[in-house]
Amino acid sequence: MSPAKKPTPLSFARFWAIVTKEFIQMRRDRLTFGMIIGIPVVQLMLFGYAINGDPKHLPTAVLLADNSQQGRSLLSALKNSDYFRFVREVKSEKEAEAVLATGEVQFVVTIPENFGRNLLRGDKPTVLVEADATDPSATGNAIASLRTLLGSALQHDLKGPLAFLAGSEGPINLRVHARYNPEGISQYNIVPGLMGVVLTMTMVMITGLAMTRERERGTMENLLSMPTRPLEVLLGKIIPYILVGYIQVGLILIAARFLFRVPMNGSIPLLLLTSLLFIAANLAMGITFSTLAKNQLQAVQMTFFFFLPSLLLSGFMFPFRGMPEWAQAIGEVLPLTHFLRVIRGILLKGNGFEEVILQLWQIMLFAVVALTIGVKRYRRTLD
Amino acid sequence: MTDGFAIDVRGMTKRFGEQTVVNGIDLQVRRGEVYGFLGPNGSGKTTFIRMLCGLLAADAGEGTCLGFDVIRESEYIKRQVSYMTQRFSFYEDLSIAENLDFVARMYAVANRREAVRDSIERLGLAGRQKQLAGELSGGWKQRLALAACLIHNPQLLLLDEPTAGVDPKARRDFWEQIHELAGQGLTFLITTHYMDEAERCDRLAYISYGNLLTRGTAAEVVAGAGLTTWRVDGPELHELARLLRGTPAVLQAVAFGARLHVSGTDAAALERAIAPFRTGHHSWQQIHPGLEDVFIHLMGSSKDNYSP
Repeated sequence: MSPAKKPTPLSFARFWAIVTKEFIQMRRDRLTFGMIIGIPVVQLMLFGYAINGDPKHLPTAVLLADNSQQGRSLLSALKNSDYFRFVREVKSEKEAEAVLATGEVQFVVTIPENFGRNLLRGDKPTVLVEADATDPSATGNAIASLRTLLGSALQHDLKGPLAFLAGSEGPINLRVHARYNPEGISQYNIVPGLMGVVLTMTMVMITGLAMTRERERGTMENLLSMPTRPLEVLLGKIIPYILVGYIQVGLILIAARFLFRVPMNGSIPLLLLTSLLFIAANLAMGITFSTLAKNQLQAVQMTFFFFLPSLLLSGFMFPFRGMPEWAQAIGEVLPLTHFLRVIRGILLKGNGFEEVILQLWQIMLFAVVALTIGVKRYRRTLD
Repeated sequence: MTDGFAIDVRGMTKRFGEQTVVNGIDLQVRRGEVYGFLGPNGSGKTTFIRMLCGLLAADAGEGTCLGFDVIRESEYIKRQVSYMTQRFSFYEDLSIAENLDFVARMYAVANRREAVRDSIERLGLAGRQKQLAGELSGGWKQRLALAACLIHNPQLLLLDEPTAGVDPKARRDFWEQIHELAGQGLTFLITTHYMDEAERCDRLAYISYGNLLTRGTAAEVVAGAGLTTWRVDGPELHELARLLRGTPAVLQAVAFGARLHVSGTDAAALERAIAPFRTGHHSWQQIHPGLEDVFIHLMGSSKDNYSP
């Protein structure tokens, strides 16, 4: 081998030049740097504090049909328990049905008529617990704790001559109705939720790229030199993707129906209407990112920043009620949180328009705010 | 009234942070005129043009563009102006016909289909209208861009280095078309770095580091510079140029192909300065300075405002 053809020896100087250059570029790219720092912090906060697989303080309503001392003992035991948070008393079966359907409460505990009398007679009265089991993981532990809770609540009342009632089998019968998803099939919860997750991811990203692509390819300059108004451009970019969103909705609904056999108790047109709002909200968010991001990479990074809390704090991955207040507060802002409630409500609970209207408003509010920011941030000049 | 002027602006100024990129430029362009806008890279030409069509907000300045207030009425200006960007800025993933159709819709052109069809025919692209714009060569891209700029019958065209990267034949065709259109009453403001193109403009302005240094017809610009130029033929011109550059009366000694142009503003002093070098080794001849001599002179004498 001639000396001229000898391979260039490894050089520390060159290697170090690359290292230095990478660090300089990393420092200049603020958003990526923010992600490197931000994502672990956010994940730590979420997984460390927010996410609790054993949700407690679940909102509970009580239908107290018996005004005996024993009935009231049960009520106060529920109020003082860890798993249940007594939020209201309901007066009728119908009202109980309604608060479960809207998701206002997770449980309704019914203490039947003549509860106290039957208890004292040793007739083992039946306490009915209806649970919203759309998300089976949210209710499991609470139900398991219930029997012990009720037994010990009555211990105080069943003393002395009545002590025999608290015998080995317990003084009462406990009947648990896992409503909406009696078999606790987690797909019933996850598959409809997945629709919201997929839409969030794709819709935000697709429009996030829409404006930055124009800017990167230089076509923005041309577009701005034409007589256009911001709303024309932004809406013009949103509308085509609504169609794309509907294709996804269709695919997931078909899969839910025929592959996963998810029950579809509610109205599909209502579901499609909700999806329209939800898709629009995500597209508006994306378009707003698009006006903020300098290039396509930044738009993707922003999408990720939005997607992560949506995934974790919306109640998709973990029971919403298992999160601390602050995490729930963030979750309440996100459109996915509301969409999950609506879609599970419609498919599993058979919710109608009145039961989902509140959630629809919140999704719409998000869409309007996001689009307004987008229009405001849309730069009509190249400044 | 500013009826005679397509562009009539005064004191146009743009700052980016601390940097004044366009510094109080006045410019009048008559209707039907082909106006050349020259200056080195980064001199503020593109920024100035972007202010005219409302793409950038001016920090100071006033005047009219097509009779509309250049600061407040850019919405109206945009409808009658076409801006052809330096870099091809139509959609590369749309076909020729689709691009033209899009532009026609944006300007709400009446009889859109007809306008697009005519435009394609005039372009001579009837057979290739379904081809994607991104697949076109540089020359064809430029022709497409010009066709798209003309589709809404604008009155004023702002062309930013329209012929950069275009072959000489296509450039010639392009300029033929410009003059034909100007004959029909269209006004052009064109930036360029090519001297032959500058000479084809009715009038010129030269801008450097944001300041307008000179303007007028090519002859006026040359005369205004007051340069005396000698052309030198012969061997070892590099060495000669090096020696001449050390002489105060010689403002510039620039190679033009195989010749050297030696210029100065003081004719007598220049002649004295070059006398020792006229040894018979080279042939010296006094010539009329060209635009390029003048521009090199202007570039050299203007102060770079990036330096302290």
